[in-house]
Amino acid sequence: MTDTPARATGVSAAAPASQDAAPADHVVSPLVEITGLRKSFGAVHALQGVDLKLAPGEVTALLGDNGAGKSTLVRCLTGVHPPDAGEIRFRGEQIRFHSPDDARQLGIETVFQTLGLIEDLPVWQNLYLNHELTRGFGPFQLLDKKSMIAQSRAILSRLDVNVPNVRATVRRMSGGQRQCIAIARAANWGRTLVIMDEPTAALGVRETAAVEELIDRLREASVTVLLISHDMAQVLRVADTAYVLRRGQTAARRAVCATTGDELVGLITGAVLGDAHA
Amino acid sequence: MADTQAPGRLDPGLSFGAAARFAAPIGLGVVFLVFFIATPDFLTMSNISDLLVSASILLVLAMGQQLVVTVAGIDLSVGSNLPWSAAVLGYAYTSGWGLTVSIGLALLAGLAAGVVNGLLVARLNMTDFIVTLGTLSVVSGLTLLLTSGNTVPVNSDFLRGLAIDGIGPLRWFWVLAFVVAALVGFLLYRTRTGTYLLSTGGNIEAARGVGIHVDRIRLIAYASSGLACGVAAVLFVARTGGADPSLQTDLLLSSIAAVVLGGSSLFGGKASVLGTVTGALLLQSLINGFTLVGISQYYQPIAVGTVVLGAAFISRFQK
Ligand SMILES: Nc1ncnc2c1ncn2[C@@H]1O[C@H](COP(=O)(O)OP(=O)(O)OP(=O)(O)O)[C@@H](O)[C@H]1O
Ligand SMILES: [Mg+2]
Repeated sequence: MTDTPARATGVSAAAPASQDAAPADHVVSPLVEITGLRKSFGAVHALQGVDLKLAPGEVTALLGDNGAGKSTLVRCLTGVHPPDAGEIRFRGEQIRFHSPDDARQLGIETVFQTLGLIEDLPVWQNLYLNHELTRGFGPFQLLDKKSMIAQSRAILSRLDVNVPNVRATVRRMSGGQRQCIAIARAANWGRTLVIMDEPTAALGVRETAAVEELIDRLREASVTVLLISHDMAQVLRVADTAYVLRRGQTAARRAVCATTGDELVGLITGAVLGDAHA
Repeated sequence: MADTQAPGRLDPGLSFGAAARFAAPIGLGVVFLVFFIATPDFLTMSNISDLLVSASILLVLAMGQQLVVTVAGIDLSVGSNLPWSAAVLGYAYTSGWGLTVSIGLALLAGLAAGVVNGLLVARLNMTDFIVTLGTLSVVSGLTLLLTSGNTVPVNSDFLRGLAIDGIGPLRWFWVLAFVVAALVGFLLYRTRTGTYLLSTGGNIEAARGVGIHVDRIRLIAYASSGLACGVAAVLFVARTGGADPSLQTDLLLSSIAAVVLGGSSLFGGKASVLGTVTGALLLQSLINGFTLVGISQYYQPIAVGTVVLGAAFISRFQK
């Protein structure tokens, strides 16, 4: 059986599919609902009761100082870490990820802060990692290298990224090129939710604009996006809703149209008090 | 710095890198040349034929080791897993269970040891070289218990034929070794599982992050190495006509050495099946040549060890 590269294939969804077709507003039940999430690493309490809702088809920004727990939240949401307490609901149904593969099965793809690329594999193999195209059947499935290499160029061309040779290993790529490869991969395979942990941290102006354009396109395709960023202007440009995380807790939730960069900065630093339980 | 278009200038580091990549073929050429000059008996049909037969056993072991090294692990248990599988074969055969069953049990015995390694390393997250060092000892004890420390003779015409005969000019051992190497190459470069093996070894966190079941992949690698020991044991019994519980610890070092010589990274994520084949041939030629020239057996471990150290030194320049 051959995997289709486009995100046409349906997910084995738990809830009725009509839900995510509805326009995004407060009445619509959230795609993801996190309540009271806790995670500690020994004495470090990274998450101490995080509440967060991702409205379907919206771009939600997650803000917070270094060490606030943003990446830890992402890792809990993608099945890398099992949370200590709290619950995660996906389309209303409580889920417990045993591995990142469970999240992937639900159409969740992630650009980790560490990017998650395999340096010694070529670009095309990274783009198709765990989504390989194969020929043949049963135990005799062969990698369909030709198709993957050819379509890798198409996947990358959606981003304004200059990767001259998709057969070169990722080790040969610059920091920005790597980041673009990771983003292109997540955007290509994410069917319900794409999570990006500081995706434009290493990118130039042109590339950043291309990523923001890509986020808009994901929204048009009614893919939900969770964007972690330290760039306030960027959040105001692309996000619909912003959450602020402070010392492992949800400090505030703001609709982007009803807030300012200054307020968000204040919420992050604690200068502006949040709404205790947003 | 994106230097994908700019052709890199040839600095000393780079040429060392090139030399490192071809260390095994260059070494093989040198060894052949030296022994060709040293003795007229080296480059003869019958000697090369025998050399390749001996190399077949090492090659099969090295292919298993290759898979483990690819996932950034190491399998030290091959040193006793081979005699263990051979002993099981001998025990079953002398107990009158028939050759087919005995060979099946030998393969299972090797596989079992590999699966235990894999479970301990992948599921319980124990350190690979401690785990396999532990099984090295446990399995060698089991072998002694099974055989009471005695060599078990295996008198089978089929096994003798396997060691001596072949199809036309091709000896069965070569064919088998070729098939094993081809299977491993096929697995690594042509299948999803191969991609997952390389990914798991290259960056285990990233592999886990994209949903690859890294535990399962590491288990597969160790189990394959165990199975390779079983196959090598069958070849070994066929060649020597019995199972000697005290022998073959030098095959452990040689199997790792073949992989390192071949240019695979011990840090995982990089595999070279062709390199490992060349590495195994190089080591076996060295041992074969030493024996022919009449240099004391005691020098063999020194020579093999020196080659391995040399390979480790050269691999520093590989990056
Ligand atoms: N695997 C881990 N083991 C131990 N402590 C951890 C681990 N991962 C995160 N932490 C700790 O948890 C806290 C939150 O870290 P996290 O990476 O989630 O922050 P962040 O909000 O993503 O920060 P940044 O903006 O710098 O990326 C930090 O104090 C960090 O030291
Ligand atoms: Mg982070």
